Amino acid sequence: MSFEPRIVGFLCNWCSYTGADLAGTARMKYAPNVMTVRVMCSGRVDPGFVLDSFRAGADGVLVCGCHFGDCHYVEGNHKCMRRIAITKRILKGMGIQPERLRLEWVSASEGARFQEVVNSFTEEIRGLGPMRLKEWAFVPEQVEAAAAAHGE
Amino acid sequence: MDKVKIKIDGQQMEVDDGTYVLEAAKSISIEIPTLCYYPYMVPYAACRICSVEARSASGWSKIVTACNYPVWNGLEILTNTPRVINARRTNLEMLMASCAPVPVLQHLAEQLGITEPRWGTDKHTCILCGLCVRICDEIVGAHALAFVDRGANRDVSTPFQLDSESCILCGACAKHCPTGYIKMEEIEKRFIVHQEMNLSPNAAITLPFRQAVPNVPQIVRENCIHFKTGGCMVCSKVCPKDCIDYEDSPKSEEVEVGAVVIATGFDSFDPTPMKQYGYGKYPNVISSEEFEVMNNAAGPTGGKIVMENGEEPRAIAILHCIGSRDHDYHKYCSRVCCMYSLKFSHLVKEKTSAEVYQLYIDMRSFGKGYEEFYGRILDEGVNVIRGKAAEVVPSGYRQHEEGHLIVRCEDTLIGKYREIPVDMVILSTALEARRDAKEFGRKFNISTGADGWFIEAHPKLAPVSTTTEGIFLAGACQGAKDIPDAVAQGGAAAAQAMKLMAQGEVMMDAAYAVIDEAFCSGCKMCNDMCPYTAISFDDAKKVSVVNSALCKGCGTCVAACPAGAIMARHFTDEQIYAQIEGILA
Repeated sequence: MSFEPRIVGFLCNWCSYTGADLAGTARMKYAPNVMTVRVMCSGRVDPGFVLDSFRAGADGVLVCGCHFGDCHYVEGNHKCMRRIAITKRILKGMGIQPERLRLEWVSASEGARFQEVVNSFTEEIRGLGPMRLKEWAFVPEQVEAAAAAHGE
Repeated sequence: MDKVKIKIDGQQMEVDDGTYVLEAAKSISIEIPTLCYYPYMVPYAACRICSVEARSASGWSKIVTACNYPVWNGLEILTNTPRVINARRTNLEMLMASCAPVPVLQHLAEQLGITEPRWGTDKHTCILCGLCVRICDEIVGAHALAFVDRGANRDVSTPFQLDSESCILCGACAKHCPTGYIKMEEIEKRFIVHQEMNLSPNAAITLPFRQAVPNVPQIVRENCIHFKTGGCMVCSKVCPKDCIDYEDSPKSEEVEVGAVVIATGFDSFDPTPMKQYGYGKYPNVISSEEFEVMNNAAGPTGGKIVMENGEEPRAIAILHCIGSRDHDYHKYCSRVCCMYSLKFSHLVKEKTSAEVYQLYIDMRSFGKGYEEFYGRILDEGVNVIRGKAAEVVPSGYRQHEEGHLIVRCEDTLIGKYREIPVDMVILSTALEARRDAKEFGRKFNISTGADGWFIEAHPKLAPVSTTTEGIFLAGACQGAKDIPDAVAQGGAAAAQAMKLMAQGEVMMDAAYAVIDEAFCSGCKMCNDMCPYTAISFDDAKKVSVVNSALCKGCGTCVAACPAGAIMARHFTDEQIYAQIEGILA
């Protein structure tokens, strides 16, 4: 059976969630791998949410917000962008490919763009393969075994 | 000012001392003919046609010119005695000696009973009254005209008979020249709907458009003499209510409101980039908006449907879907064009005997009574051809067709290529979002869709609201729509705004942030984070506090709080972690 990535998508209420809604009402077909969590603003996305998603077994995390200048809360998306950059560095330090976290701007009218973002991100994660973090991260023997396999 | 008693043609009257006889006579509607008189200038008495007889009580009497003879106490004026007529007659005959063919002099001659002027009838047209020179000096202030040469060669002209740099082309000299000697033909020719949609090209005081609100005239500074030379100001002298304010300019005012209805409307698609239809290249290819201007009874053609040369067209083609339902321009259907195109053909049929061709993709007569109207148009003998026009080309193959147009299209119902010779082409242009819609929307924090129209909060459940509370949409700014739809939406938007006002209080979303004082370390990190300055620092308690009335619930502070002390209601950390857990379970 082929690998089906599990992706958590954090969508801002005003642009991206509405954009996703538009993709839905327009009957656009996109990969079913992204499961969405609605937040009021991309600025609400706590780095903890991203880390927790990976801990809980996600293979990728997609964060979508409004384009610059369109934020319903003036500049929440700017703050989000800065946090995502830092989160990527944290992920790298934890041994998770930073590519597994993606930030995209999708406006309320861009249903087609949402479709394209979801499809391309799903394909990218499919290429990166499964995370398997859950399997070894909390089992010390497996961690050791994995470390040994890498010759450390 | 002192009043003096005078008598004009037996009528007693009291006027201000120093008033000229002509003005006094005018005020009691006694006609005195004039040629060189203009009310807002110092009188000059050049033509002497206004001659009247002045008498005193002692019997003294004299012929004077009414325009520059000031009244004095006890003066009696007679305007119609044989002596006056004789004086006017002599003066007129002398004017006619050089300028016999001038219509205004002919007319006066008829009134005064002159059949044959005694001193010849030369064919000049300038009576050398100097009105033009004086207007240019005193009123306009351009000083471009002067008397030149002497004696029999005297003339009015610009220096050295050359184009004057001082002349501002205002046309005041030509307008007031009593004989028509000075002509400004290049200005008078600037007219016609085909070149520009301007209803009154040269007017310096005009209504912006017929239905303007408030319906008051405005000064067009580019055309106003006062703003070119600082002179003139005749309008302020004429206006009985002192309404003219030269210093008036657009002002911005601040108004505090609780709700805003945005009804900025649409722009009409500019068909110039669609080269195949030759808009802007062939004068008889016009847009639907220009047709409306032409059809307007108060418009430049007086409501007549005419070609550029002023002739009535023999055949008109109306091309649908110009810029709409077109993958290169707007993919959407503009909704109104089918019906207004049908209306156009009805108007053309009503006003002319022209043949009308409608070239459509699909006839979308969807509204109440619309399909019936379509049927009526068919009964009127309009040719409807299913097939979008491919091209408009000049005919010019044969002599009698020169200057006319050929519309090329495929008639998809009969499956044939057709060439339709017409005299005029009307392009039914798309409705599009206003060019500054995006910028404008940002002021209200509302967004525009891919087509540029403003996005409503929900296409079905909240079609007049926006994502910003208290901002409502009405009309074509939200999407192409016809008048009934726009009126309906406007009513709905007004009702929504009224609802806010009637309540007198605003319902807030319960999704706002709360700070748990027990966990707040007082780091103030959240204080700078809030775009609404809803978070302040309580110096006594050394904790941050959220003002729930200002908080919009974005949650940016929640994500930023290092102590996890802030909770976003309805989007709490626990709820979101549970969702993550749930969807990955």
